[in-house]
Amino acid sequence: MNAALLIDVILWASVAGVGYIAWRRGPKVMTASLREGTWDFINIVPRIAVGVIGSGYIAAVIPQEIITGWLGPNSGWLGVATAVVAGAATPGGPVVGFSIGAVALKAGGGSPQVLAYVIAWALFAFQRLLLWEIPFMPARFVWFRAAVSIPFPFLAAAIAMVIGKP
Amino acid sequence: MQDPDEPDYTAEGEPVPRRKRKPIGWSFITIGVLVVVSAALVWRRDGIQGVTEILTHDVTLFGGILPRVLAGCLLGAFIAEILPHDKVSRSLGPDSGLKGLLIGTAFGAILPGGPFTAYPVASALLTVGADFGATIAMVVSWTLIGYGRAVAWELPIMGADFTLWRIAISLPLPVLAGAFGRFVYVQMYPAKDEAE
Repeated sequence: MNAALLIDVILWASVAGVGYIAWRRGPKVMTASLREGTWDFINIVPRIAVGVIGSGYIAAVIPQEIITGWLGPNSGWLGVATAVVAGAATPGGPVVGFSIGAVALKAGGGSPQVLAYVIAWALFAFQRLLLWEIPFMPARFVWFRAAVSIPFPFLAAAIAMVIGKP
Repeated sequence: MQDPDEPDYTAEGEPVPRRKRKPIGWSFITIGVLVVVSAALVWRRDGIQGVTEILTHDVTLFGGILPRVLAGCLLGAFIAEILPHDKVSRSLGPDSGLKGLLIGTAFGAILPGGPFTAYPVASALLTVGADFGATIAMVVSWTLIGYGRAVAWELPIMGADFTLWRIAISLPLPVLAGAFGRFVYVQMYPAKDEAE
């Protein structure tokens, strides 16, 4: 059984679990949530469609070599700062982000810098903020969360420098 | 409360928290413009074949994601409906302290699925009374120490050594980010908190 299938099974089992709890509270609670969730879905699909179907084009026009270059063997805090900007600017899904990190490691990028890149990308890659987070959450929360997340790739890089790992 | 939405009332007169649905906004337009410009650049560089190749690949990807988006929306809706408002406010609200941040972190770490589950569920938590701090802890925990993306993508691409150290170093970050977020929030909106 591969990982994606396993995650799907856990996901739908969780839906069934909370659905069962809702059903025990009464059929009204159950149907109200089903209606609410389905409307959210219908509302969100056009955005996700444009974003997901279009993300390949955005990834295709920003060459990965440029971002890898930013992560080069440029050590020190300037390298970390560049990595954070590169993480925020990386388009596309997880394959693109991690592949760039892996290439940078192989090309001699420092591990604190690559770590800062991966964490910055996970915390506030602009495309994920716009494509996934903004449609589902209050915009005020999204910008607030992204802003308070900015120090943390730097903190992670500092920890990595102190302990000498990974 | 910080929720700007007026609660709906059922026949029994019980308030039901409800999330506001957004009209097509500027974020959607930004993504749309980026996509159109990028597709045009791909077309100029690789011709129509390059455009259709990416289109086929991404439509397949979209088809695979679609059922998961539905699962995420349902999960968020059920959670918003079944979690008791007062309990959530107590354990994840502005006065929940370190415990609230730890609960948010644990919740984010065990949550299955990808962005299609994390954001609807986080939004549901905000609706039923979690504060920005605990919700930030949850989202940051999901993105940094959640197993979904790490198992599916990071381990195979970055290798076990990097991934495990990356997660170990990330362990304190959700609580710190939540605490920092809560601190900044109180500085930014002090009057609102006093009014509660």
